[in-house]
Amino acid sequence: MKKLLKTTLSVLAGLAISFNVLAAAAVTLDSANTDIRDQKSLQNGAKLFMNYCSGCHSIAFMRYNRIGKDLNISDADVEKNLMFSGDKIGETITSSMSKTGAEKWFGTTPPDLSLVSRSKGVDWIYTYLHGFYKDESRPFGVNNKILVNASMPDVLWELKQNKSAEDFDQDVRDITNFLDYVGEPAKLVRVDLGYKVLAFLFVLFILSYLLKKEYWKDVKYGKWRAKD
Amino acid sequence: MDNNKSWIDQRFPLTKVWNEHLAEYYTPRNFNFWYFFGSLAMLVLVMQIVTGIFLTMHFKPDSANAFASVEYIMRDVDWGWLIRYLHSTGASAFFIVIYLHMYRGLLYGSYKAPRELIWILGMVLYIALMAEAFMGYVLPWGQMSYWGAQVIISLFGSVPFIGPDLLTWILGDYAVGDPALNRFFSLHVIALPLILVVLVFLHIVALHTVGSNNPDGVEIKKNKDKDGIPKDGIPFHPYYSVKDIVGVVVFLMLFSAVVFFAPAMNGYFLEHANFIEANPLKTPDHIAPLWYLTPFYSVLRAIPPMFGSQFPGVVGMFAALLILLALPWLDRSKVKSIRYRSWPYKVALGIFVVSFIVLGWLGMQPVTPINALLARVFTAAYFGFFILMPWFTSIGKTKEVPARVTE
Repeated sequence: MKKLLKTTLSVLAGLAISFNVLAAAAVTLDSANTDIRDQKSLQNGAKLFMNYCSGCHSIAFMRYNRIGKDLNISDADVEKNLMFSGDKIGETITSSMSKTGAEKWFGTTPPDLSLVSRSKGVDWIYTYLHGFYKDESRPFGVNNKILVNASMPDVLWELKQNKSAEDFDQDVRDITNFLDYVGEPAKLVRVDLGYKVLAFLFVLFILSYLLKKEYWKDVKYGKWRAKD
Repeated sequence: MDNNKSWIDQRFPLTKVWNEHLAEYYTPRNFNFWYFFGSLAMLVLVMQIVTGIFLTMHFKPDSANAFASVEYIMRDVDWGWLIRYLHSTGASAFFIVIYLHMYRGLLYGSYKAPRELIWILGMVLYIALMAEAFMGYVLPWGQMSYWGAQVIISLFGSVPFIGPDLLTWILGDYAVGDPALNRFFSLHVIALPLILVVLVFLHIVALHTVGSNNPDGVEIKKNKDKDGIPKDGIPFHPYYSVKDIVGVVVFLMLFSAVVFFAPAMNGYFLEHANFIEANPLKTPDHIAPLWYLTPFYSVLRAIPPMFGSQFPGVVGMFAALLILLALPWLDRSKVKSIRYRSWPYKVALGIFVVSFIVLGWLGMQPVTPINALLARVFTAAYFGFFILMPWFTSIGKTKEVPARVTE
């Protein structure tokens, strides 16, 4: 029985490994290396996003006051520093750009970014934001390494020019981190809760195992039949 | 207490049912690891129903609102994210548990006489579960929900003569849209769960009529003591109920690890493209069903169109499922358990397991010439397992089956 189980498992493991080797390849993305527990990074990311991105991109599943609550920013500070469009604090973050205008100016509507970290992944966002290079043939004079012929201008060019390479990299990382949070706000509590649940289950496992062992002593010694 | 019990017993066979199915249901004493998955499947079914009830309270089965209502559950509903992850992870866990449960049947010949009906009811359950999972996956109305549904449902359009009309009848429209979403919701939350619960009930009634098989494939009812109790049997309750609790806790640990640390399982449990709302004008580069349906999807793609029709592939896909129903009659071996089977069966079972896994993997990949060739080879191997079974189960030398179960 043990042998059978072992063989089955090792065959499955072998298959899994070979699949992973085959599946790797395609475009290489740089590692975003973000940390959703880094609140300072998230706050900076929120500030940068609202200043540089939110003019065109909505994050329509996110509410202003939820960001404030999760990132430890008071409602007053959110209203002062993160809200520019005359919305109310409990509203979702929509873009003020009109759809027809966007199509005229960019050829397409800038996508909502609520879930971009879930559909594309943080590494993609990070690599994309770093991926702009000069290309005079494009309407905005820039092209992108991983999203070829992107309609988006290099909105962070000013930061790139005025900051040191490390500081700029940190800014890009912070925006990425913020978008990771926006993609799944529950991620802030999910992992911590997971450790608690697993700890509880581990204790329950020990107790249930001992209970089983106690009962099964009867089976071992044929005692279960001595009920009368 | 006893007074209450007899009051009920005079009106409802409570003690009788309790004894017949738990306290005096004699189960072989030699169950091993593979025997946890039946009770785990019931656990997951209950969990899916309970989490599903709460999801239904907040979900909007409307193509304009479905996607946003799922995100509303993830963000604005208290504990909504947890309920949703339990449900989405539960779907994949259900199939993992069921596949292991079915593999157990193959290992120990649990489908062989007198348990053919248990196997058949189980297979119908499995097919109903696939329908349930498929329709559930359409509901979040992401790109993969939409395009996956489009691909799978369009298969019905390939049926000769009535295909196009059948397709319109199923969808209530000419393409997947709001009417399809509404009816899938209805089938997902009421029709199929009812069918599943009834089938589980029948599956267990049939099991308790003939009694459980075991890793030795020995019929414990052939060896009874003077009280008519199988010598190798122990009461299900408390012995297997306490043992199953250990299995449940271990399962919940693995399950929680996914729910809390990797709920999307890197795109295998929640596909990346499904975080983009359904867009009928934008076909994704690569459409693949969720992992638990991919072996059959591979079979579909492996069979080339004939006479300009995809129908042979569709027939092949359903044949791959339905052929499992014939298993009890294809197996001609005198022994049940792999422990005493001849070597040809062991080799064939190994090839079958590898084929199933490789087909599953291929079903997630884009079609390339080499993938298409592999899919054909392993589809042939998959069907070969069943077609050749009467032959390879009747050759080779089987080992002597002991009279009693072994330790």
